[in-house]
Amino acid sequence: MPQEPLLSVSNLSKVYRHTVAVDGVSFAVPPGEIVGLLGPNGAGKTTTVNMILGVLEPSSGSIVIDGIDLQQRRSAALSCTNFAAVYAALPGNLTVEQNLRVFGMLYQVPSLADRIDQLLAQFELERFRGTRSGVLSSGEQTRLSLAKALLNTPKLLLLDEPTASIDPAIARTIRATIRSFARENQSAVLWTSHNMYEVEEVCHRVFFLSHGRILLEGDPKSLPGQHGAANLEDLFVQVANEQLHNGVKP
Amino acid sequence: MKVRRAGAVALRQFYLYSGSPTRVVPLFVWVAIDIVLWGFITRYLNRIASPGFNFVPALLGAVLLWDFLTRVMQGVSTAFLEDVWSRNFLNLFATPLTIFEYILGLVTTSIATSLVGLATMLCLATLVFGLSFFAYGAAILPFLLVLFLSGIALGIAATGMMLRLGPASEWFVWPLPAMLSPFVGVFYPISTLPLWMQWVSRLLPPSYVFEGIRAIVHGTTWNPGTLAIGFFLSAAYIAAAGLFFRHVFRVAVDTGLLARYSAESTT
Repeated sequence: MPQEPLLSVSNLSKVYRHTVAVDGVSFAVPPGEIVGLLGPNGAGKTTTVNMILGVLEPSSGSIVIDGIDLQQRRSAALSCTNFAAVYAALPGNLTVEQNLRVFGMLYQVPSLADRIDQLLAQFELERFRGTRSGVLSSGEQTRLSLAKALLNTPKLLLLDEPTASIDPAIARTIRATIRSFARENQSAVLWTSHNMYEVEEVCHRVFFLSHGRILLEGDPKSLPGQHGAANLEDLFVQVANEQLHNGVKP
Repeated sequence: MKVRRAGAVALRQFYLYSGSPTRVVPLFVWVAIDIVLWGFITRYLNRIASPGFNFVPALLGAVLLWDFLTRVMQGVSTAFLEDVWSRNFLNLFATPLTIFEYILGLVTTSIATSLVGLATMLCLATLVFGLSFFAYGAAILPFLLVLFLSGIALGIAATGMMLRLGPASEWFVWPLPAMLSPFVGVFYPISTLPLWMQWVSRLLPPSYVFEGIRAIVHGTTWNPGTLAIGFFLSAAYIAAAGLFFRHVFRVAVDTGLLARYSAESTT
């Protein structure tokens, strides 16, 4: 019997006046699955992520997180969600520990002090506990964002280019951390990235977005071959070129 | 409603104040300067005016109360601005935090910061200029309550305005109390105003506070029931300001402004 999806997106659209940013997107992510959301700049990835995070109202369609309709019960749905994004750094004027405590309280994390200790150790941030987040290197800030994203052990984790500014060694560790997190907690992960090697390594399934629509869907290892591309990066370039030829700026 | 989430909003502000003298010093310096300035003005006026009238409670008391309202309003709007300045909206509103909890957190912050200002003003006015504020005892509390509620309403409305108009609109917010002050009769009776201004003043809760305080200081008759009008008006304005903020928030979520707030507009 198939598992109930932790994230169910149905016919989701976002229209800004005359611009269609997301156009009838539907997909589901079951527990334990890591899904890659790929596409050129402007394809609608971040718009989709923002709608799932409840900070952008869809023009139509529905988002259900762990059986809870986001539009009907926003707070309850977001309780079991968390995210890290390269463009959403935590307040730089709070220390690492203060940031984790404030967001831990916002997510109502039980035994918060212990959870913070655990995450500081996991992301090798212990020595920065009392350091203001704004003076951390970009890689350290990314690790802090990821620690924040795992605070409430979310059933749905959204990662928007989570390894964009970190070195390959730490990126590899983070990929392993997210993989084991999804496996052990049976959490669903939606991952956007422009690093095709990373996507191939981490994601069980990928969606290619173009012009706000899902163009392709499948296993990142077999999908390129099915579409005559040598690898995922070539397939990405094909999709991006198709978008270019249709007059959309990348 | 989860108190812990509202507490998180207030705790963030506490962390900011505890680690930053540049945030703490303005909590008492500006009000102290106001009290010192007006304290000496009232001393001078007492010297040159005809004997029998004491300007200290009439002017210095009025300045103290008006500054209290201003600090309450700024307590709410500055706490909101901290999230604007640190570009924290996406992180904050992608959590389960509700609008009510967020506003409650801002108000809690304002209670703490405005009490610091009030304590500073009371100490200076009492010890240096002999304002016998405590002589009124608990009778002063309803007046302070109406001013506090008015400041909260004004603060929430101001944050809604900033959310709607973008970060640069903070410059509209700071002069808001000054714009209201001519109507509420901080230093003069409402009857001094032209008729149309008197009609406006009747809609503003602080008018009832200053009319009442003036009557007590001058020993004239005054109907305490009018303060109840001020109380109900300020409570209604808080509810209206909360609804306004919620509406603006929904518009910001709908247009995408919340996720791209620094752009000031999505059109």
